[in-house]
Amino acid sequence: MKLKRVLSFFFALTLCVLATQGVATALQEDWLKAGDPLPKITLLSPKNPAHKEYLGLSGEASFQIPDIKAEVVIVEIFSMYCPHCQKEAPAVNKLYKMIENHPTAKGKVKLIGIGARNDMFEVDFFRKKYEIEFPLFDDEDYTKHEACGEPGTPFFFVVKKNKDGSTDVVLIQLGGFDSPESFLQTVLDKAGLT
Amino acid sequence: MMKRSAYFFVLVLFAGLFVGGFNTEVLSKVPEKDIYQPGALEPIDSTLKVRVGDQAPDFVLPAVTGGNVALSDYRGKKNVVLSFIPAAWTPVCSDQWPGYNIAKEFFDANDAILLGISVDNIPTLFAWTNQMGKLWFPVLSDFYPHGGYAQKLGILRSNGVTERAIFVIDKQGVIRYIDVHDINKPPRLKSIVQAMEQLGK
Repeated sequence: MKLKRVLSFFFALTLCVLATQGVATALQEDWLKAGDPLPKITLLSPKNPAHKEYLGLSGEASFQIPDIKAEVVIVEIFSMYCPHCQKEAPAVNKLYKMIENHPTAKGKVKLIGIGARNDMFEVDFFRKKYEIEFPLFDDEDYTKHEACGEPGTPFFFVVKKNKDGSTDVVLIQLGGFDSPESFLQTVLDKAGLT
Repeated sequence: MMKRSAYFFVLVLFAGLFVGGFNTEVLSKVPEKDIYQPGALEPIDSTLKVRVGDQAPDFVLPAVTGGNVALSDYRGKKNVVLSFIPAAWTPVCSDQWPGYNIAKEFFDANDAILLGISVDNIPTLFAWTNQMGKLWFPVLSDFYPHGGYAQKLGILRSNGVTERAIFVIDKQGVIRYIDVHDINKPPRLKSIVQAMEQLGK
């Protein structure tokens, strides 16, 4: 009898934990998650020729994430106004440099940033301030941040392009990552590039 | 027996809420839990009492770092940008001053000082701005008499918070730019920079 009561207590506790986490998720975490369809985000082609070449774009005025010449695209949603993004900027720069020097990742993994609710002036200022070399895009009309479910920033999502042309969101990261090394390794693992 | 079961259920529910809440906290790396969500508000809810070209009324307000700051302290020395935010611990405000905090060079280039002002009291502003890291500009409290300076400008809303507003005042104390912004959206940095650049022309 006693054992039965103890077991039922833990069963009920587990149900409550799951239920409260479910409620918390519904209230707070309605942003993009791994396994969700890739949101439709249209970006203006960068003016910088080096960025255009990096993304494998030619004459088109606008493009979408699957148009980027890569097997995997890491998208960072940041904001010039967000102190967490300011703090994270050097680590993200390091991630970019690591990718470009990584024997497996170089050419296959590309990194872009989208300034949530930022206009081009704010994005350009952020780029200059933190000497960011990878392409950054604005979100003046708020639509791109909204398409991702308005997550807190910084927010990263990783898109894997499949051979049949389909895409999978294989990883998301809310907030800064532990280290660029471990994050890149996780990206490669999740995308099956290891 | 029924009473005991109900007691048991309530106990387990509280235990579950505690454990569930704790886990959610650990998973969420961005401390957005501290941000109060007021929802969409009436964009503007006050009537301006000053215009571009007017002499700015003076103020003496306490600063978070201690002491008082007066607008007249800067007369003949610095251009002044006043950034009014409606309330501490609210979404747009919490992401506004941290942006200006990395943009000091624009203010320096235009021989301007930025003063952040809110009707919150000093302890609240102290705790809130501490979360932003070290700010390079003074943060002032227009708490008592409540919103006294905001009322002189005509930017105190009917619920006692100010508009989200920017005032650019030149070294002679003349108001050269006013943006009483939609409270739900941040003013663009570009607009403030352009307004400061107009001062020298």
